[in-house]
Amino acid sequence: MNNYKHNHFAHCESGVMSSMLKHYGLDLSEPMIFGLSNAMTFAYLPFLKLGGMPLIAYRSMPKSIIKNLQKNLKIKMKLETFSNKEKGQNRLDSLLAEGKIVGIQSSVYWLPYFPEEMRFHFNAHNLIAYGVEDNEYLISDPVFEHTVKCDKASLTKARFVKGVMAPKGLLYYPTYVPKQLNLKPIIRKNIKKTAKMMLNTPVPIAGLRGIKYLAKTISKLKSKDKRYAKLFLGHIIRMQEEIGTGGAGFRYIYASFLKEASVLFNDDKTLEEASQMLLKVGDSWRDFALIVAKAIKSKQPIDFQTISQKLLSIADEEALMYRKMLTFNG
Amino acid sequence: MEVKNVPQDNSSTYSNNKKAIYAADEDGSVKVVGSTGWEAEEIVTKQALQDLLQNAKDAYEEVKNGDKSTLYFHMYDVRMDLQVLAESTGFFKWTIKKDFSPSKFAKINQKRLDTYAEAMGKTSQELLKLPDLNNE
Repeated sequence: MNNYKHNHFAHCESGVMSSMLKHYGLDLSEPMIFGLSNAMTFAYLPFLKLGGMPLIAYRSMPKSIIKNLQKNLKIKMKLETFSNKEKGQNRLDSLLAEGKIVGIQSSVYWLPYFPEEMRFHFNAHNLIAYGVEDNEYLISDPVFEHTVKCDKASLTKARFVKGVMAPKGLLYYPTYVPKQLNLKPIIRKNIKKTAKMMLNTPVPIAGLRGIKYLAKTISKLKSKDKRYAKLFLGHIIRMQEEIGTGGAGFRYIYASFLKEASVLFNDDKTLEEASQMLLKVGDSWRDFALIVAKAIKSKQPIDFQTISQKLLSIADEEALMYRKMLTFNG
Repeated sequence: MEVKNVPQDNSSTYSNNKKAIYAADEDGSVKVVGSTGWEAEEIVTKQALQDLLQNAKDAYEEVKNGDKSTLYFHMYDVRMDLQVLAESTGFFKWTIKKDFSPSKFAKINQKRLDTYAEAMGKTSQELLKLPDLNNE
């Protein structure tokens, strides 16, 4: 065995990268990984449909955390995809036989250890395989509290589903990990980058403009089919709160990153305040989720204006937080 | 959110698992807390599940009435829709729609049937039959 240690994390991709880098000697928390890969965002893409619903994302594109970490931390990763199942399974088996721990992209639906009520067709889940026992893979899935096992056929099926964000059997592992890093310049750069991107996005579908655009769409739901309107609202909250978000659409994770960054910069006041502000913003997102959930459950007609207004106020609240982040000059 | 306010609502959708939530601790740090569930999240997850289940039930009736082929029910039974099934098989949507016709589906070739079976994680024999759902 390779003495791998499982950690329970909020998000699959940042969780996998945190556990993996720690295993290879670079100890960075999940929030630090999340912040250093500028993964917090907002996007509302009405033209891109998944399961009949538009794409709403509170984090950057799948695989962008891995990509940005390579760029920002100068680590080197090997990413392998496969033309067929047999090759893909054999490669995983041989990497595990070498004692490696391996990052894997998979579908959620075909993983038997997922709760039945959480199994949806989502193809960009991430997990770590760290060994084989009795012909089953030993799995460290960051969003699960403990390690789990998965039979080979099921994991292979989950790795080779086709469709949107198809994993193509993706396996990944580091080939070079620096033992020491000067985090400060990377933190400085990415705090500015995230704040600017959210405040000044050139397209109306991303950043704060994306949140406002979604609010506008909600205010127009009144004229839409009732069942669709309710499913649409529910979909927003699912993207915000369901597994992998850390609560409040990744806002709490990022608040944790800001707090950790503040400590690193000798208890920097600006970052500390930004962290406190973002925790409050997160609470507002949770309030928003609760208002929507109650509206869905209620027999009364839905007050779309109130829901839309709440979202607009969150966009304003977030704007103040990003402006605070921009004043950081540690 | 503070650690003490992290919801512990024992949501059935978590199936006795815990989800990691980041929350503010009294010492000023923000750390991971395991949550057994949250009512608001459970409502929206179940709403989505209910919708999928309703699709499968409606499909079941249509197949039973002879309006649609068994493939139509099985697609919804594995929480797919036309879009996902098309992506999972590589078939064009319009060709799949043809297979929703009972008479067309009865004449399907084995290779195409096997592709459906593979994508849906069922056997080709299962796909040709409508399961007995009387107990639901």
